[in-house]
Amino acid sequence: MNENQTTPAIEAISVTKRFGPIVANENVSFRVEKGQIHALLGENGAGKSTLVNILFGLYHADQGEIYIAGEKVEMNSPHDAIDRHIGMVHQHFQLVPVLSVTENIVLGHEPTKKRGILDLEKAYAEVEALGKRYGLEVDPRAIVEDLPIGTQQRVEILRSLYRKADVLILDEPTAVLTPQETDHLLEVLRGLAAEGVAIIFITHKLREVMAVADHVTVMRRGKVVGAIDPSETDQAGLAEMMVGRSVVLRIAKGEAKAGAPVLTIDSLSALDDRAQTAVDGLCLTVHAGEIFGIAGVEGNGQRELVEAITGLRKTISGSIMLEDTELAGSSPREISEQGVAHVPEDREKHGLVGPHSVADNLVLNRYFKAPFARRGIRQTGAINAEAQKLVDQYDVRTASINSPVRTLSGGNKQKVIAARELSQNAKLLVAAQPTRGIDVGSIEFVHQQLVDQRDDGIAVLLVSAELDEIMSLSDRIGVIYQGRLVAIGKAEDFTRNQIGQLMASGSTDA
Amino acid sequence: MSTITTTLYQRRWLIFTVVAIIGFTLFTGEFKEAQTTAILASTLRQSTPLLLGALCGMLGERSGVINIGIEGQMLMSAFTGFMVAAETQNLLLGVLAGIATGMLMGASLAGLSVSLQGDQIIAGTVLNIAALGVTSFFFQQGYTLPGKTPMIDLWFLSDIPVLGRVFFSNRPITYLSLLLVPTVWYALFRTTWGLRTRAVGEHPSAAETVGISVAKMRYLNLILGGAIAGLAGAYLSLEAVGSFERNMTNGKGFVALAVMIFGRWNPVGAWGAALLFGYTNAIQTQFQFRGWFTDHPQFVGMIPFVVTIIVLAGVVGRARPPAAIGQPYSRE
Ligand SMILES: Nc1ncnc2c1ncn2[C@@H]1O[C@H](COP(=O)(O)OP(=O)(O)OP(=O)(O)O)[C@@H](O)[C@H]1O
Ligand SMILES: [Mg+2]
Repeated sequence: MNENQTTPAIEAISVTKRFGPIVANENVSFRVEKGQIHALLGENGAGKSTLVNILFGLYHADQGEIYIAGEKVEMNSPHDAIDRHIGMVHQHFQLVPVLSVTENIVLGHEPTKKRGILDLEKAYAEVEALGKRYGLEVDPRAIVEDLPIGTQQRVEILRSLYRKADVLILDEPTAVLTPQETDHLLEVLRGLAAEGVAIIFITHKLREVMAVADHVTVMRRGKVVGAIDPSETDQAGLAEMMVGRSVVLRIAKGEAKAGAPVLTIDSLSALDDRAQTAVDGLCLTVHAGEIFGIAGVEGNGQRELVEAITGLRKTISGSIMLEDTELAGSSPREISEQGVAHVPEDREKHGLVGPHSVADNLVLNRYFKAPFARRGIRQTGAINAEAQKLVDQYDVRTASINSPVRTLSGGNKQKVIAARELSQNAKLLVAAQPTRGIDVGSIEFVHQQLVDQRDDGIAVLLVSAELDEIMSLSDRIGVIYQGRLVAIGKAEDFTRNQIGQLMASGSTDA
Repeated sequence: MSTITTTLYQRRWLIFTVVAIIGFTLFTGEFKEAQTTAILASTLRQSTPLLLGALCGMLGERSGVINIGIEGQMLMSAFTGFMVAAETQNLLLGVLAGIATGMLMGASLAGLSVSLQGDQIIAGTVLNIAALGVTSFFFQQGYTLPGKTPMIDLWFLSDIPVLGRVFFSNRPITYLSLLLVPTVWYALFRTTWGLRTRAVGEHPSAAETVGISVAKMRYLNLILGGAIAGLAGAYLSLEAVGSFERNMTNGKGFVALAVMIFGRWNPVGAWGAALLFGYTNAIQTQFQFRGWFTDHPQFVGMIPFVVTIIVLAGVVGRARPPAAIGQPYSRE
C-alpha cells in the first residue's frame, strides 16, 4: 500500500465488536476501493454480517475506526450510512410484509407531491422503470408477503438500487436466487462496479466469487485470516482458506439400495396463497433408501408441494400416502408423529422460534414426548443433554445452548434446524433448500448426513434450487414445471443441460 | 355474476345491518321525526369520545405501541381542561389545556415504553392509575364554567330533516372529531408520515434500515394520539357535561380500544364501530325512557351486547393487528 493509491471508498480499521462473551469481530481491518467488487468469505458465524452491519451503522463497534472516502466517520444509525450513500441488502429480509413492493422500495425516500403527500403513481412508475433497467422485474403493486422468497430477494436488491449508492453492501443476496437470477445479478453488479460503485459481496458460493470478485477477504472466528485475488486461486483453495482444512466439495456416495415405496403421491393438487393452482395433479413415489431430488425454477409448485406433504397447506385433491397411511388432511403434528421430518425452506417463519433458546429449538418437534417431558412437565436435564450433543455434533456456533436462537448467525440457524430434523428417526425426510446460506464446510457435513440417512433406509425428498446439489446427491430426479413433474428418471440419465431446459420450458425439445 | 351483484353479495352483512338499524330506529322513534332525530343525535354524542379515544389508540398501535392509558389521558385532560376553563372563564383555553395535557401524557407513555423500553401495558396502567389518583385528589367542588362549548348550526345544512339536525347542528369538538376521521385516514394511507408509521408498527428493523428512526416515529405518534385523547377529555368536561366529575371517563378509554380493534385499526372502521356502540346506548336509553319492557329490564340491558356481537361476527371478520405491537425495539 503506497501513497499514490486512491483513497478507498470505505475502510474499517481495527474494528472490534463483542456480543456478551462472543467476540464477533476482533481487530478487523478491511478496505474496498471504488469500482471494486470485494467478496467477503467465511464460515457461518465468522462475523461477516456483523462487520457489514457496523459499516451500515446498524451495530456500533466497541473499538476501531471507519473511513468513508477518506473521511473518518462516526455512524450511529443506518440513517447516517444512507446519508453517506451506503446501500445494503440484508441477509435477513428487511421488508414490511403487509406493504406493497413499491411502498417497501421507496420507504424512507418517498416521492411526494406536496410536502409529505405520497405520490404513489410516480412511485409505481419509478419502481417499474427500475426493475426494467436492471432486469429485475416485479409487480410494483404486489403485497410483499404474497411473493415467493426469491422475488422478495429481488425487491431487497431493487430497494438498494433505488437510492443511488456509492458503496453497496450485499449480504448473501444470492442465497435464495435461482442460478439464472444469480447470473443476472452478477451481471448487474459488474455494471455498477464499472460505474465506480464499491461493492461488498458476501456469499457462500465459491463459483460466484470466482466469477465476479476482484478481491477476496476471508474471515474465520471473528478475524481476517487472509486476502487474495481470485485469479491466484481456485474454489478448493478458497474453501480451504475459509475452513482451515481441505473440503470435499462433492461428496462420494455408493449405489442406492432402494426398498419399498415410503411416500406415494397420486394426482395431488393444491393452491398457492393467491388461490391459483400451484400443484397440478402431481404423481411421485419415493422409496426407502433413496434420495429423490426435485429440480425446478422457484415458483413452480415446489413450496406448495412440500407444504402439502408436511400438512402446512390444504390439498384440494389427490392422495399422499406414507406407507399405508393417508397424510392429506392430517395436522402437521400428526404428520410429524407418523415419521415425517421436515427441513423448511423459510427458516425464520417455519423453522425456528426466535426468542426461544437454542436448546428449546433443537427439541421443538418432540419437547412434549419422553424423555423431554414427563406427565406434562419439561425435563430440562434431558433437553439440555440432547441439545449439547447436537450442538457439538453439528458444530453450531453459539454462546451457549441457552442463548436465544435469534442471535445466531444465519448459517448457524440453518444448522439448528438440520440438526433437529436429521436426528429424529423418521421414515421420510423432506428437505427444502437444506443448505441454503450455510458454508462449504457445513454443506459437506449436511450432504454427508443426507446420504447417511439414505443409507439407513430413510426415504429422502430433496427440494433444492441448487442444480449442483440436486445432481450430486439425488439417486432419482424429477423436474417440476408448472406444478407437474415433467420428467422423472435416474440421476445419471440426465445431463445438466437437459435438466436446465426442462426446468425452463417443461420439455427438452427446443 | 355482474360486478354489482358480486359487490352486493360480498357486502350483504353490512347492507343487512344498515337496513336493520334504520328499520329499528324508525320503529323505536315511533316513526316520528323528533324522536328519530333524538335517537340519532344521542348516538353521535355517545360515539364522539369513543371515536377520539380509538383514534388515539390507533396512532399508537399503528406505530407499534399499545396504549391502554387512553382512559387516564382522557380523564386527566377532562380535569385540566375543566380547571383551566373555570379559572380563566375561557373555554378555548380549557380545550387547549386538555389537548396539552393529553400530549404530555402521550410523551410520558413514550418515555416509559420507548426510551426506557418498559412493558407497554404496565406503562399505560401507570397513566391510568396516576390520572385517577391526581384528579380525585385535586378536584374540589365549587368551580363553575361560563357554559358549555357553543352550539353551531351549519347554514342551511342543519335544516335538513333528521340527518341535517344530527350532523350539522353540533358543538365544535364534535365537528372536529368528524373531520378527524378522513384526516387521520388520509394521513395514515396517503402521506409519508403514514407509510413510515405503518412500517414502524409492522417491522421496526426494516424501517430502521431505510433510515427511519423508530423511536422518533413512536414519540411523534404517541404525542399526536395524546392530543386527540386530550380532545376527548375536553369533550367530556367542556362539551358534553359542562363540569368535571370524579372518574367521569368511566371506562370509555377501554371501550375506545375495543372500538379501535373492531374498526380494524382503520379510522373509518373505528367511526363505524363507535357509532354502533353509541347507537346501542342510545337505544337502551330510549327503551327505558319509553318504559318498554319494564318488567324485563335485563333484556333491555342486554341490547348493546347482543347487537355488538351479532354485527361484529358478521361484518368485521378477522382483523390482523400491526405485527410489532407490544415489543420494545432495540437494534442489537
Ligand atoms: N445480535 C446479536 N446478539 C448476540 N450475538 C450475535 C448477534 N449477532 C451476531 N451474533 C454472534 O456473532 C457471531 C458472528 O455472527 P455473524 O452474523 O456476523 O456471522 P456471519 O459471518 O454473517 O455468518 P453467516 O454466514 O452464518 O451469516 C455469531 O457467533 C453470532 O452468534
Ligand atoms: Mg451473515
